[in-house]
Amino acid sequence: MTLLEFARGPMLHFALIVFVFGVLWRLVSVALLGWRKNRAESRVSTAKAATGGAVAVGNRSWPHPEFLNRTAFGEAVGYGYHIGLFAIVLFGTPHVVFWGNLFGIGVSWWPTLPTGLITVISIATIFLMLIATIRRYMHAPLRRISNFDDWFSLAILWVLMVSGVWAVLGLGGSKETILAIHIISFNVLLIWFPFGKLMHAFYIFPSRFITGYKHEKKGAAS
Amino acid sequence: MSTSNRKERSAIDRKTIGQIMDENGVGRRRFLKYCAGITALMAMPPGMTAAFAQQLRAARRPTVIYMPFQECTGCLESLTRSFAPSLESLIFETISLDYNHTLQAAAGDAAEAARHEAMEEAWGEYILICDGSIPTRMDGIYGASAGHSFVDQLHEAAEGAAAIVAVGVCASYGGVGAAYPNPTGAVGVSDIIKNKPIINVPGCPPMPEVMTGTLVSFLASGVPELDKHLRPKAFFGNTIHDRCYRRRFYDEGKFAESFDDEGARNGWCLYKLGCRGPTTYNACATIKWNGGTSWPVEAGHGCLGCSEPDFWDQGGFYEPMTAKLFDDTGQIAAGAAAGVAVGAVAAVASNRRKKKLTGAADKETSS
Repeated sequence: MTLLEFARGPMLHFALIVFVFGVLWRLVSVALLGWRKNRAESRVSTAKAATGGAVAVGNRSWPHPEFLNRTAFGEAVGYGYHIGLFAIVLFGTPHVVFWGNLFGIGVSWWPTLPTGLITVISIATIFLMLIATIRRYMHAPLRRISNFDDWFSLAILWVLMVSGVWAVLGLGGSKETILAIHIISFNVLLIWFPFGKLMHAFYIFPSRFITGYKHEKKGAAS
Repeated sequence: MSTSNRKERSAIDRKTIGQIMDENGVGRRRFLKYCAGITALMAMPPGMTAAFAQQLRAARRPTVIYMPFQECTGCLESLTRSFAPSLESLIFETISLDYNHTLQAAAGDAAEAARHEAMEEAWGEYILICDGSIPTRMDGIYGASAGHSFVDQLHEAAEGAAAIVAVGVCASYGGVGAAYPNPTGAVGVSDIIKNKPIINVPGCPPMPEVMTGTLVSFLASGVPELDKHLRPKAFFGNTIHDRCYRRRFYDEGKFAESFDDEGARNGWCLYKLGCRGPTTYNACATIKWNGGTSWPVEAGHGCLGCSEPDFWDQGGFYEPMTAKLFDDTGQIAAGAAAGVAVGAVAAVASNRRKKKLTGAADKETSS
């Protein structure tokens, strides 16, 4: 069995099982925690509170005006590489084909971006990740709240991005080995995902919504 | 071959290729043209042609023993269709093919005797070409000829060889014989022979010009630079994808979705139809087949990756090369169910703990 076969075969299979198990475990365990008893009288209807929750999702995804000058750069870099990652994963041809095969669906309707454009986005994303990594290390408070979880997640992402660009640009070495490293790093990401801060991908919007909803119910600004 | 003929041939073999060519009236112009063809095939710079020609002229015409094992004769069929150099020119001008039981007139004991005689005369100097995989299970009983297993024949022939050229993916890595579940325990030559220089020329079949080019290159300058799979980098240094004329459609995001859609008719990229070009190293896209007429991708079919180890077991030929290589039979669903169950148990336990703590706090407050 070659490294690529291992990556596409048993390792990917194992990683998917762990991912699905872990994500559902964490989502269900939070979802079934129940609500704290609300002893205050509701100030608004449930529908209005839900609207407030949706507004909070938008509001909290944008820098607070009071801290704009201090946080704008960090948020711009963060948004930049997140958007880059999504563009690559959702519109890069090999990835679209991969998703289609994985979920057993036809992908002829799924638009893809030209390789040249994806390559430019990838390089820009790597550049932004570099800034984010340096900033996380150089920014004292950020460094102090960073732990193994943050650095390990970043390390996986680095391997994933660099190996992907390496394979596309043919920067040397055996293509199948580079591709195998790329898929293995994706598998490691899947395995690690539910147990670290990467779970924010699932928690971030529901938690903002719930916070906004509860604030609205109590008549508090969110 | 009679003894007198063999002595005469042996005398010829002491001469260099240049001397033999001079005697046969092969002119300098024709020889240089021949060398220019070979160096062009190997992507050598034009300036190398003269040096290559000089080295080739000085080389001795070697004895070549061609041993077929667990094979289909496709590689030999391919070799006989070489245009540059043709098999005829290869045999008459460059090598002395002393044993190949498909091409030679002799058969049975006479053929085996001729092989042993040729090996003895050129012991330590001949080139051994192997074709087909070697079955190893049950002491190699799955493949035998002249009363000897292929494994034993390979060991015997390899012992006196200067170098071994494994032609075809079967001789190189086991090929179809080694495909899952590999009932005969088939392996490639390099899995058995460890003490001789081995050059793999994989493919199913290999490109004829690559086979002849590798042989001529070996005569001129010894074992060429090889990659990790022991393939000459001159021919296997680039992927099919990198040299494919359809590459620009990949870059533009234009793909054939089926073999009869508009994309296929327009000659767009075959990646989504399972083309293995991005991970396959071979020269098909540049040298092409049948004298440069066409090649599989030009004919509308994706590359199968036939020059790569284990290419039969890389998933369906019509599935993309990043496709998953497992058939899940509910394990992921079982993982999901287990995740929900463990999550629910964790939530219940957490709620109980919360109630317990809340109850204790309420008691404290009331007291």
